[in-house]
Amino acid sequence: MSRHLSGLRAWLLQRLSALYMGIYLLIFLFYMLFHAPADYQAWRDTLAGPWMSLTMMLFFAALLIHAWVGIRDVILDYAHNTALRLGMLTLTSLALLACGLWVLDILLTVMA
Amino acid sequence: MAHNNNKRPVFLNLFRIHLPVTAVLSLAHRATGILLFLLIPVLIYLLHLSVESPQGFHQVQALVDRPLWRSLVILLAWFLAHHLFAGIRYLLLDIDIGISAAASRRGAWVVLFAGVLVMLMTLVMLL
Repeated sequence: MSRHLSGLRAWLLQRLSALYMGIYLLIFLFYMLFHAPADYQAWRDTLAGPWMSLTMMLFFAALLIHAWVGIRDVILDYAHNTALRLGMLTLTSLALLACGLWVLDILLTVMA
Repeated sequence: MAHNNNKRPVFLNLFRIHLPVTAVLSLAHRATGILLFLLIPVLIYLLHLSVESPQGFHQVQALVDRPLWRSLVILLAWFLAHHLFAGIRYLLLDIDIGISAAASRRGAWVVLFAGVLVMLMTLVMLL
C-alpha cells in the first residue's frame, strides 16, 4: 500500500482528494442549507438518491485517502523506531480500511 | 544519517523560538489534520445513527442542543475551516500564487482570520 501511495503519487492524490472534498463540501453545505431534510424519511430518501450516494461514497474515499497520506507523513516524521513506525502505519491503515467498509455498508443499506 | 561533529550549540527551547506566522499555520494545518482524522469514526457513527432509525435521527438532531456537543461542533467547524483554508493556500502556493515572502505572510493571516470568522459564524448560528 505505501509503495503505491508515496512520493509524487501521494503528493498528487493529496491535492486531488482535497480539491474534490472542498468542492463537495461547498455544494453539500449549500444543498443542506436550502433542502434541509424535514424528517428521518426525507433524510433517508435524500441519501438513497444515486447522485447523492455516489458523490458521498467518493467523498469518503477521498477523505480516507487524504487522511492516510497525511497521517502517514506525520508518522514517518515523528516515529523513527522501525517497529513502532510499522505498528502505527498498520494500525492506521486498518482503522481507515474499517471506516471505509463501515461507510460503504451504511450507504449500501440506505440505497437498498 | 550523517554524523554530526559540529560543536555548535543546539537551541531547541520551543518557548523562546520565535515562529513566523507561516510556521504557525503549518503547525496548525498538521494539528487540525490529526484532530480531524480522529473525528472520522465519530462522523461515520453519527451518519450511521442518523439513518438507522427515526429515534437515531432525532438523537443526532438533538446533539446540537447539548452544550458539550454544541461546543464540539463549533470547534470542529473551526478546525475544518482552518484546515480547508490553509489547504487552499497551499494549493495556490503550488501554482506560484502568493509565493513571495510578504504575500505568503499576508495569506497566512487571511487564513487564520477566515478560520476564526467561520468559528464565530457557527457560534452565532447555533446560539
